Amino acid sequence: MSQIIVITPPRRFSLPRLSELWEAREVLYQFGQRDIILRYRQTAIGVAWVLLQPIAAAGIFSIVFGRVAKLDSGGVPYFIFSYMGMLAWNLFAGVVTRAAPSLVSNQALVSKVFFPRMLVPLSTTLSVMLDFVVALGLGVVLLVVYGINPGWPALLLPVWAVLMVLLGAGAGLAASAIMVKYRDVAYIVPWLVQVMLFASPVAYSLDSVPKNLQGLYAANPLTWILEEFRWSLLGSAAPPTWQIGASVVVSLGVFVVGALIFQQFEREFADVI
Amino acid sequence: MDKTKHPAIRVSGLGKTYRIGGTEHRPTTASEAAVQRMRNPLHKSTYAQFEALKDLTFDIPWGEAVGIIGRNGAGKSTLLKMLTRITAPTHGRIELGGRIGSLLEVGTGFHPELTGKENIYLNGALLGMHRKEIAQRFDEIVDFSGVEKFLGTPVKRYSSGMYVRLAFAVAVHLDTEILAIDEVLAVGDAEFQRKSLAKMRDVATDGRTVLFVSHQAQTVSTLCSSAIYLESGRMVYQGDVAGALALYRDSFEKFAVSQMDPARRPGSGEIRTRAVTLSADHFDPSGPKAVTIHLDSNTDVIGQYYVSCHINDLNGSVIAQCDSRLVGQWFDPAEPHDVTLSLNGPWLKPGRYTVDVYLCKTGVLDAWEGAAVFEVLPTNPYPELASDEAMSRGLVLADFTYKRS
Repeated sequence: MSQIIVITPPRRFSLPRLSELWEAREVLYQFGQRDIILRYRQTAIGVAWVLLQPIAAAGIFSIVFGRVAKLDSGGVPYFIFSYMGMLAWNLFAGVVTRAAPSLVSNQALVSKVFFPRMLVPLSTTLSVMLDFVVALGLGVVLLVVYGINPGWPALLLPVWAVLMVLLGAGAGLAASAIMVKYRDVAYIVPWLVQVMLFASPVAYSLDSVPKNLQGLYAANPLTWILEEFRWSLLGSAAPPTWQIGASVVVSLGVFVVGALIFQQFEREFADVI
Repeated sequence: MDKTKHPAIRVSGLGKTYRIGGTEHRPTTASEAAVQRMRNPLHKSTYAQFEALKDLTFDIPWGEAVGIIGRNGAGKSTLLKMLTRITAPTHGRIELGGRIGSLLEVGTGFHPELTGKENIYLNGALLGMHRKEIAQRFDEIVDFSGVEKFLGTPVKRYSSGMYVRLAFAVAVHLDTEILAIDEVLAVGDAEFQRKSLAKMRDVATDGRTVLFVSHQAQTVSTLCSSAIYLESGRMVYQGDVAGALALYRDSFEKFAVSQMDPARRPGSGEIRTRAVTLSADHFDPSGPKAVTIHLDSNTDVIGQYYVSCHINDLNGSVIAQCDSRLVGQWFDPAEPHDVTLSLNGPWLKPGRYTVDVYLCKTGVLDAWEGAAVFEVLPTNPYPELASDEAMSRGLVLADFTYKRS
């Protein structure tokens, strides 16, 4: 309790102090709780929005890609195929798009109260994960309705979810910190996320990608994690082992690099924001 | 807690330097920054340096309420921001003997859409409390704030008074060992201010330490047991409150002398005030007071300008603003003027006053702070004499009567 807190000028690369983050975990919960409460207060249908969004997206995708373009979904009904894709995708996109503007929209706090600033973008993951769990519940119902049993790989689902969140949080941390200085990020992030949605096998299967582009797709970490999700949720073929290993390494790496970039910018937040 | 070994706050060689843009244009968007970088890949940005604080060294023991005073721009808020870790120091070292909680501006951390109850938890967490601590003190906080009926209402529907009371209540119930406060007492009604002052005095007598930044000499002297005086980023004095306040008051005089030279005064300088004279050195509280302003001319200036005089008391509070626009007076810059301001009300309390003179058109032409000083004699303007206490409150004396009906 009575330990002495020492404040010195920041060094060039400083990792966040983990004990300090842990000490301030209450802020994380409270921010997460605030986000969740606020999103559905003064809405008529409330939490139903969580389900409506992936259902609508999956519906559109199954019409456009399944009916119009007549792409192959590997024997799984197109609707549930793209629903599961959206489920995984929303986890990534939700974290990135909510974390990125979080610091700027909380600038009154950042410039006036001290707490580990990293908690602001990190707390946005809580509401996204809650959305994921709710949407997953509907996903399970769909599996029962369509009579699909993914089998034992389903047990690995939490691992893939964590990897996806780490990947998104790493990108979101970096984006939120850079946005404090350069507001362009606010325009770039949604656009990039939109591009990635179509550049990753979310609404279509990897098999329907032409052979000459397969190499490019195999280099996209999102492809790996999306395939891992489908493996666990739809019982499709397991992705190659190297992709599973690489997805763990890359997700952790992106998260750590994102945190470092964040720390680098953090020093001047209160003076610049 | 081991309070004997380490002081509450130990600051050594502390400094903060801001980079201010200099003459060069600073990019605010990434594309602009990239373009600039591509044009001059080897170009090193040059910045003007602004030293907000220079080489501060002091210790603050436990159980003291310390006032930090100084003129605007002396570095008071920067110091508090560094102590509360909102901004990082550029040099030096701060050691804190315990958790520091800050109450910098009332209501930051409140979200308008959340209810009173939700905001108590959110704000408490931001100030470093755990949920259990907040839950323990929840009733006390609600009781202190007096908003129990509205706990389930979003705070956006609160009156500003309720908002401030709730925010303040959360902060003073914070159990941090050090509490930092920046000008918050100017809010709330008199009753709530009295309650807040008492609460803060309790905090200090508990053996915790309170840091208090204020412009108001009055509040500092009632609340603080010692004080630090800052002048343009340096610590000039640490000691008892009376000594620091004396320096603070002296600084106004020193400043007045430096402002005699028009070249050192802010403003565009197109027209300057040549001199300011008073009808007398001292006045009676209720008597007429006249300030004559001698204005230069400048035929190059187009359009009329106006004059605004501020009357300030010893603590730097502006007692009256006398703007010539309010009485329909505008002046022609083509010729010099001698303008007399007659101040007939309100009655002024005994003490020293300073007069600031501003000449303005679309911008400020001349700003002369402390252009004149006058004394109001300690005579009683009222028909009866009473104890000193009868006149001690209030900034001015009112011309009033009581009538039975």
